[in-house]
Amino acid sequence: MPTSDVQFSWNLVFDVQQLFTYHFMQNAFLAGMLIALIAGSVGYFMVLRSQSFAGHTMAQVGFAGASGALLFGGSPVVGLLVSCIAAALGIGLLGGRSSQTSWVHGIAIGTIQTFSMGLGILFLQLSHSYTENVYAILFGAVLGISDQDVQLVVLTTFVTLAGLIVIARPLLFASIDPDVADARGVPVRLLDYAFLILLAFAVAQSVQVVGVLLIFGLLVTPSAIAQQVTCRPGIAVGLSIFLALFFTWVGLAVAYFTPYPVGFFITGLAFGTYILVRLFRVGRTMFVRRRWFQRQRVFG
Amino acid sequence: MKDMIELILLSDIPPFSLNLISDVNEMLSLDFMRYAFVAGTMVAIVSGLVGYFIVLRNLVFATEALGHVTFTGALAAAVLGLDPLIGLFGATTLVALLLGVLGTQVQENDVVVGTVLAWVLGGGALFLSIYTTQSSGANGTFGVKYLFGSLFGLQAQQAQQVAIIGLALIVALLVIARPLLFASLDPDVAMARGLPVRGLSLVFLVLVALSLAEAVPAVGSLLNSALLITPAAIAQRLVTRPMVALVLSALLALTFTWVSLTIGFYASYPVSFVISTLAFVTYVWVVTWQRLRASFAPRLLNTAHLTNV
Repeated sequence: MPTSDVQFSWNLVFDVQQLFTYHFMQNAFLAGMLIALIAGSVGYFMVLRSQSFAGHTMAQVGFAGASGALLFGGSPVVGLLVSCIAAALGIGLLGGRSSQTSWVHGIAIGTIQTFSMGLGILFLQLSHSYTENVYAILFGAVLGISDQDVQLVVLTTFVTLAGLIVIARPLLFASIDPDVADARGVPVRLLDYAFLILLAFAVAQSVQVVGVLLIFGLLVTPSAIAQQVTCRPGIAVGLSIFLALFFTWVGLAVAYFTPYPVGFFITGLAFGTYILVRLFRVGRTMFVRRRWFQRQRVFG
Repeated sequence: MKDMIELILLSDIPPFSLNLISDVNEMLSLDFMRYAFVAGTMVAIVSGLVGYFIVLRNLVFATEALGHVTFTGALAAAVLGLDPLIGLFGATTLVALLLGVLGTQVQENDVVVGTVLAWVLGGGALFLSIYTTQSSGANGTFGVKYLFGSLFGLQAQQAQQVAIIGLALIVALLVIARPLLFASLDPDVAMARGLPVRGLSLVFLVLVALSLAEAVPAVGSLLNSALLITPAAIAQRLVTRPMVALVLSALLALTFTWVSLTIGFYASYPVSFVISTLAFVTYVWVVTWQRLRASFAPRLLNTAHLTNV
């Protein structure tokens, strides 16, 4: 972040003007918006299906893919996409049907994750580009978002959103009650794969901005908050997109005026909100319970 | 450091021969290989034993997450000017306890672990950026050292540390092994029999945290869970008897480590890469073999337990 010549002031209008003076910041805000849109909507299903682990693994597999692409001179984003789709298929093949209770699924994911991490390390060592590239892939490089990157993000966003909208209803059914969905003729196994591939797209497109390790924060936390607040799917998806967008933009803005990385502010804001929401819920439950006891005493 | 060792590797090492005994002699004549073998052996045994219970208790995701906490912890300590080891062990233990307190139900576990993990990774990004701006280039590879570890780069003192902590962890695990097994297999009955199930699960999470932290100097933050999960998963697939599976899991971890150290020594591939690849290939092979067997002889064998995926 360019900190030497920008100062935060209490004149917010001036601050916003400062924020958008650099072209790369405009790009960052635009790409951040699209990523938040995808992360919020795909993340909703990820949390609903208890597949955070799979999402995290996608991100790590992406690390191997990107470093492999660096080694062979290809585009990191293509490497990411290919490796993430391969991982999606691998998880489906090794782990079988996704379910919360099946430890087979968790182990398959864990094994694939550690293997891909090993591959990533090998690629990086072979390509002799240790430190800088590792950090750029792992933690993102907002400074380096070019117009071309933004175009790519726009394209993948449309593909991912279109895919998600097409399968949204059966996916919701299959996620909430796989057995009944199966009995009603919904292709549950196929949806498992389709969702993992959508997850792969969501991860691959966002690496430039937030990095492999931190896209996960945008996928999981806003959706986790939304599902604490409401049970209705439509509202939850909307809320989780809104929260992801809010965290991303505020994170970008705050990071611009401080020397610290964007990812820290995004995940920190998100985690803080999550803790607040959970505390609020605990407090409300206690309050409601006390009211109930009081009423019992008065009327009973 | 790393370059230095690579130089040694390139210049002094005789080619691999088919006389295995002389190969082993060759390897063990070098100091850094002896340290690597001592530390690797200890890490492998601890990982195999602890890993068995991780798989049994379905804690794979929590383990991977705690593995990443070690990175944030080490960097945080470095930024605050403390010994990185304090950060490693302290932060990992704290987060393990936090996970134990926050996520009690299995159903909520996935989201809780994920949310905490995302936050911890964000903290890692912060400390990394502070650290790299604080120290001007001289220690620029600090982060990478902790991300990837280096078995070949261990000093005598570090190997000794790993060995001592490893021994303590093995003893601790063996002490709680029987009640832990009971509590893992049937928590309700165990609770009815008066076992402190919640206490045991917290103690076990701390053990996981400590064994992850112990492995970091050797195999790094990104791969310290490789030896914990895959060997145990293979063992669980092959045998059902708990104590046999426990021993098998440790033996597998040990075999992977020794073979990988040898390959890493002669072929100069990163050891952690070889370990994770060996383990992964073995796992895929075992799964495939069991599926084939189950599909070819469905009526001869009762293989329902092999196909419940």
